[in-house]
Amino acid sequence: MPLKMNELSPKFKYEVSQEPGGKNIKVCFACGICTASCPIREIDQRYNPRKIIRMVLLGMKDRILKNDFIWFCSSCYACTERCPQGVRFTDVMNAIKNLAVKEGYIPPAFIQQIDILKQFGRLYEIDDFDNNKRATFGLPKVAKAKGLTKRIMEMTGLDKIISRKNEEKSETQVGNLGFKI
Amino acid sequence: MKYALYPGCTVLGRGRNYELAARAVAKELGIEFVDLDDFECCGFPIKSVHYETFLLMAARNLLAAEEKELDICTLCSACTGSLTEINKHLIEHFDEKTRIVALLKKHGIDYRMSKNIKVKHFTKILYDDIGIEEIRQLIKKRFINLNVAAHYGCHYLKPTNIYDNPEDPENPYSLDELIRVTGANPKNYPEKVRCCGAGLLAISEDVAYLVARPKLKNLSGNATDAMVLMCPFCSVMFDDNQRKMEQKFGEQYNLPVLYYPQLLGLALGLDEKLLGLRMNRVSTRALLEKLSKL
Repeated sequence: MPLKMNELSPKFKYEVSQEPGGKNIKVCFACGICTASCPIREIDQRYNPRKIIRMVLLGMKDRILKNDFIWFCSSCYACTERCPQGVRFTDVMNAIKNLAVKEGYIPPAFIQQIDILKQFGRLYEIDDFDNNKRATFGLPKVAKAKGLTKRIMEMTGLDKIISRKNEEKSETQVGNLGFKI
Repeated sequence: MKYALYPGCTVLGRGRNYELAARAVAKELGIEFVDLDDFECCGFPIKSVHYETFLLMAARNLLAAEEKELDICTLCSACTGSLTEINKHLIEHFDEKTRIVALLKKHGIDYRMSKNIKVKHFTKILYDDIGIEEIRQLIKKRFINLNVAAHYGCHYLKPTNIYDNPEDPENPYSLDELIRVTGANPKNYPEKVRCCGAGLLAISEDVAYLVARPKLKNLSGNATDAMVLMCPFCSVMFDDNQRKMEQKFGEQYNLPVLYYPQLLGLALGLDEKLLGLRMNRVSTRALLEKLSKL
């Protein structure tokens, strides 16, 4: 698909650079060592760090935020360590994904994880059965989570983003992974 | 040496063998662990979704340990990364720390600030604080002729700017040295610092397995007795999912995957039952038999 000027958002790069982790995106000089170092790019060509940076700098906001591939970063930091310009692309990806969530795009797996964290404070529930099992190995009891994670999610409004999503389930699916809230 | 033990979600949910071995080894080496009821998720799974929530989740766990005036010992490398990054951030930006303390307090989560704490991965405590020479004195069994591949994982090493005393992420050494002190040969292999791929399991199993595959494939055909690692995510990938990957790719790996404290515990002469070696998914029986003859 060729670029159309009227579909670009020239300010997108500033939006990315104002998110935590995004501030260095503009110093990229496109050497491509991020792409060459990326273990995901090696497997799946849809995920290409240098291409993502160029698309952000050109203002291709919709095509970035709606796309599934932005969720493919494994956060291994190989690109971040090798980048000669200190772009810190792993952090830039987090900035981009945070923006995608603000626009309503989030993979269902993350919604499930947030629901679990809200309920149990951890990614796995540790119940009486687990604690009995732990006791047989001499491991200390794991206290039931006090709901502190839940309270933080309520404070920041994350729980609202997710419950809004739950009310509008299965509407306006974008791609295979991303969902419009 | 006293630490608040931060086991993290994945160790509590899926890594009981790791927790057992780490506690047993710590006891043997005179490291005291304190368990805090306030520890919940470190925030890592939320970082890519909502930064402020991630920041508050990590900060709250740190403040819970700070109030008790305890440094944190982590077992999971992802927790290590999150907590170290935010700890550094709060130490360098005191205004941010006071903002967060006040914000949490306003919402009924009240922690008393004390002096700054440290966050350290258990493996790093063994290497930096106990030290190879000290461990050498305590070794009871030496595993000569055992070939062991160190898997460092990503977050134990990177990003280097958050860690005190970082290793070269292209050429790390601590885990290799810790393997060598047990008498085993740490293997050099091309995929040593490759990512395990587990970060992608929730997004695309297919891609995650393809990231993990070269490591298993090349090690299994290459005179390796075991892979040794120290992150429960990496273990989920290489141990829990090894059978699945064998089926998917029509290959045989049969590579035992041990947590480092399990190997060290054996070398310290601890009973295998204390080290949870029967809980590893890929059978460790043949390996234990070989070790008993070394």
